[in-house]
Amino acid sequence: MSDIDAITLSVLSGRMEQIADEMDATLFRAAFNPIIAEAHDASHGLYHAQSGDTLVQGKSGLPIFVGVMSFAVKAVIEKAAADGDLQDGDIFIFNDAHIGGTHLSDMRLVRPYFRDGELFCYLASVGHWHDVGGAVPGNYNPAATEVFQEAFVLPPVRLARCGEINQDIIDILLRNTRLPQSAMGDLNGQLGALDLGIRRMDELLDEYGARTVSSALDALGHRAEALMRSELEALPDGRWEAVDFLDNDGITDEPLAIRVALEIRGDSMTLDFTGSAPQCAGPVNIALPTTVAAAYVAIKHIFPALPANAGVMRPIEVEVPEGSLLSAEFPSPTGGYTETILRMIDVVFSAFAKAAPERVVANAYGTINALSIAGKRSNGQRWVMFSFYGGGHGGSHESDGLNHGNAPISTATIPPMEILEAAYPVMFRTWALRPDSAGAGQHRGGMGAVYEIEVLEENGAEAFLFGERGRFAPKGIADGQDGALNQFSFEQDEGWGVPPLASKMRGIKLRQGQAVRLETPGGGGYGKAEDRAASDVARDVFRGLVDPEKADQLYGTAWREMSS
Amino acid sequence: MKGRMIGVDVGGTFTDVFVLNEADGSASVAKVPTTRPDQSGGFLEGISRQVTDMSEISVVVHGTTAGTNALLERKGATTGVICTQGLRDVLEMRRRDRPRTWGLRGDFEPVVDRRNRLEVPERTLADGSIRTPVDLDAVRAAARQLQDQGCEAVAILFANAYANSANEAAAVAAVREVWMNQHVSASSEILPEIREFERFSTTALNAYLQPEVSGYLHRLEQALASGGFDGEFMIVQSNGGVMAVETACRLPIRTALSGPAAGVIAAGYIASSAGFDNVITGDMGGTSFDVSLISRGQSMLSPQTSIDFGMVVRTPMIEITTIGAGGGSIAWVDKGGLLNIGPESAGSDPGPVAYGLGNTRPTVTDANVVLGRIDPDNPIGGKLERLDVVAAREAIDWHVGQPLALDTLAAAEAILRVANSRMAGAIRLVSIERGFDPKNFAFMPFGGGGALHAGAMLKDVGIARAIVPRYPGVTSAMGCVIADMRQDFVQTINALVAALDEISLAEFMQDHTDQGMALLDAARTTFEARELSFELDMAYIGQTHTVAVPLSVQTENGRIVPPTCAEIEKAFDATYETTFGRLLKNGVRRILNLRSSVTGKRPKFDLKTLAPETTGRSEPKTSRNVHFGGTWHETKIFDRLELPVGTVIEGPAILEQPDTTVLVEPDLQARVDPFGNTIIEPLGGQS
Repeated sequence: MSDIDAITLSVLSGRMEQIADEMDATLFRAAFNPIIAEAHDASHGLYHAQSGDTLVQGKSGLPIFVGVMSFAVKAVIEKAAADGDLQDGDIFIFNDAHIGGTHLSDMRLVRPYFRDGELFCYLASVGHWHDVGGAVPGNYNPAATEVFQEAFVLPPVRLARCGEINQDIIDILLRNTRLPQSAMGDLNGQLGALDLGIRRMDELLDEYGARTVSSALDALGHRAEALMRSELEALPDGRWEAVDFLDNDGITDEPLAIRVALEIRGDSMTLDFTGSAPQCAGPVNIALPTTVAAAYVAIKHIFPALPANAGVMRPIEVEVPEGSLLSAEFPSPTGGYTETILRMIDVVFSAFAKAAPERVVANAYGTINALSIAGKRSNGQRWVMFSFYGGGHGGSHESDGLNHGNAPISTATIPPMEILEAAYPVMFRTWALRPDSAGAGQHRGGMGAVYEIEVLEENGAEAFLFGERGRFAPKGIADGQDGALNQFSFEQDEGWGVPPLASKMRGIKLRQGQAVRLETPGGGGYGKAEDRAASDVARDVFRGLVDPEKADQLYGTAWREMSS
Repeated sequence: MKGRMIGVDVGGTFTDVFVLNEADGSASVAKVPTTRPDQSGGFLEGISRQVTDMSEISVVVHGTTAGTNALLERKGATTGVICTQGLRDVLEMRRRDRPRTWGLRGDFEPVVDRRNRLEVPERTLADGSIRTPVDLDAVRAAARQLQDQGCEAVAILFANAYANSANEAAAVAAVREVWMNQHVSASSEILPEIREFERFSTTALNAYLQPEVSGYLHRLEQALASGGFDGEFMIVQSNGGVMAVETACRLPIRTALSGPAAGVIAAGYIASSAGFDNVITGDMGGTSFDVSLISRGQSMLSPQTSIDFGMVVRTPMIEITTIGAGGGSIAWVDKGGLLNIGPESAGSDPGPVAYGLGNTRPTVTDANVVLGRIDPDNPIGGKLERLDVVAAREAIDWHVGQPLALDTLAAAEAILRVANSRMAGAIRLVSIERGFDPKNFAFMPFGGGGALHAGAMLKDVGIARAIVPRYPGVTSAMGCVIADMRQDFVQTINALVAALDEISLAEFMQDHTDQGMALLDAARTTFEARELSFELDMAYIGQTHTVAVPLSVQTENGRIVPPTCAEIEKAFDATYETTFGRLLKNGVRRILNLRSSVTGKRPKFDLKTLAPETTGRSEPKTSRNVHFGGTWHETKIFDRLELPVGTVIEGPAILEQPDTTVLVEPDLQARVDPFGNTIIEPLGGQS
């Protein structure tokens, strides 16, 4: 931090965060598809000109992108170096998850920012498009064995050269989606966000000069690293292990281990995922960039005050064995990456809880439950209702877990039931908390939810589900108990059925008047159930969230002495 | 004889009263301590300071924080909910959000306990058709059960009631027959708009506030009446308009931001009288800095506000952006060596270190004290004898100076620089980020500390000038007297423009107009004019976020002339292009909601009556050393209220009045305008 004073650094740090936040806000407003506009499944930031490292990232975008975006920028840096002709006004676009992380639905735009003819940094925008082709509308294909069955794959290519948009690329994109208008709206929004970022960077550099801003960016990386090291220094040295399982890969019904050994030595830490399952046939594989990013998300949840800057990861080593499902090779399918990274975060929390239980929360519900219900209306028009569903968060040292929260990798809100009912021929019979779904503990987990959705369309419909936690429940920590399993069932002429592969199934035929029912897990508990205050147990029982007999078994009968 | 208009703003510490004599246009102010828990004591005390015979008062307008506080402190009534089968937990499930992005901690208690949320058989579908008629016996049984369980208020929350309110209306009628008081709120009456959580939350919070707020307002009404007052008693709404007290008792949720809204209204009026139609207001309190933007005399309204996590209110409110940088915000250096301000705050109790009430961590105010910008011998507010400069220096030195290797004064300046940059960030957020160029705006600080930071806002954001109102401490009370009477209405339409039933749209407009006009007719105050305005929330099909499309609509003899689809499409294209820069080829246009507002313009008073005499004292009363830009400057201190119109004072200077300190930095000047406002601008005048 030699050539910039601490005060200018404070000011510039706020200014640059504001630029990234404003890029987020610009896309949220302009995007067409609700996954970006309402669920904020998008992100923007500034990245290092040579290394692609994250320098500053918006606060309102999706948490998982905080770690993964730099891989997209690195891919573009490599491509530009290979081509040797990077110019001001170029914009790259791609969705290849094996290069840029996450899954094919995430469309990444990367744009170099030049100042006085020199490359200063990169700006990038990523957003989850509604549909990018493939076998299943919305791209969650639980039976995929290759990326080609999930969506079309676009490697990094130039969408614009020297400020001139290449319409050919747009034509290819729009021909490969079921929802071209939505895709065009989102693309316009992302281009707008990048334009805005360029304008704001120009203003900032006009005001402070390129050298000052550039030293501020370096200093922010050092500062992030120093913050992380001081946090680690304060923790005990040691090695702690945890293991958890995915139900299956959607193809073969065999559990897949996710294993971590977390080691803290002085001011550095290693996360070693050796012993995790090998690459599998189905779409719960993830590419290496995604694995590193997920480790970052777990760490940022444990140390929430740390900045979104690559410096945070310098003291941390992430070891991933070759050939595992955490470093899957092209063209293995990755559509269900969310489930795998949620489990990674769970095991990191579980291992960390053994070192410092008060610093982490118990496992959250651990599955996004991507449910799509689709069909044709009597006029032949196609409809696809696609959404993710919520569940309980884990209990913590301070309080019970949150009822019906969003996934730790996301900040997405759920669309209102009335918006879904107005847009699609369905009716929710139930949209409620799920009693007895939370893990018991001194501070119990949050409650999961029950959604029962009836098809109103006379042509019937087909349902697809991509979920997890049907066989292995969210874990408690510090002797807290596990939450309930995910349960999915569907109504047929002969009664209610359940998927043979727990929470994954496609092509479920539903007739008019038939429904699907999703009961999501609650969070794990924190601390021993016997330490829970009798008044808290009584309140849960009186509220109908915990069954009286179960309360007796879990917590003892002291609650029965409480009046109300 | 009649002829006094009174505005009363009850704040946390002081109750401010602004009295306008309508006969001669003269005005006076009073400031008395706020009484707790019953605020009516201070309310009446303040009025009686200025008016002996209450029968002389024609109008009392009140900006209240009773609703805000009841929400924030969770002190509303025990409330029950009767809802559609299967939807008992909507209030608790929210929109599946979480309190903070990172950390996954925290839980949520809705204002209605799960035991008091009862389901009844009934179901309306999204197209308005009734799938299951409401079971009224079940409704009555639920109402009785809720009363037995101690509920004082009840909310009826039915699915898709925005599309067809028949089931809900039948249930409400049945409940009203058996409920023991007036506190029955229905979602289709409060907010006939699609999105169940937002509608249910707004309605349940309305019910939750009703006993508290209506009780408080009735107590005030009775106390006023027993003093001989028989004029009109009105309440400021969050949208910046006023409403009759009966309306406020029925729709107390509309008072959620009553107090701050009145301040913004006054700021807009003061600025436009002084010739500035574009103004950004900044209210600096103990824990926060609240910013609001007024463009061409119009305050920005936001359709929805979260009072706290999970407590969503969807009714138009003056848009106020809050950041945690107030006078009491704590300055600290993190482990990475970066100086931060807030969000932790010492508030006003214990307050800054200099107050000597127990806080030992330095605040923004402490930096102002150490640099001589605040007079330690005459603290504002009058609670303390003098401020402890030594303790403030020590705190700054220990917590900021040493970790950053800065001397005490440099550390204090650093605190202000970072605090100013955070405040400037909030101003950029409401201006640049919304497409407004701050160069075209004036900055108006109010509240205790804002005028100390005005100069910094000019430099950091590029605002041309600041305008400090003559009485910044009573802005909200003045706003009560200025605000127009306004009612807002909403109705979800949810139709493609091509398939729009223009007649039925016009019927909703007519209904809103009739309801609004009836409320104006019932008011016992005079209006200079009445205005109707209509907006449609519109988007292309497939798009989630709507744009608010203003629609100009003609009336003939009080009847709405239905707008045509072509007019609506044209209005949409114009607004959309302005907002997003480009239209969508072949896009299908959709209307989601109709929003109407009916405004009765109240007579305005001439702010010149507040202006100072032309012959006052323009000489400094004293001087002291103030630290700017790394050195001490001998700085003249003026008695602000004594300065005659037209005085120009070159910085560095400080203008003092009992509740405000105006800082004029070395390269700026202060000019007293014909209204007694202080204009702060670059040396030499117009920039």
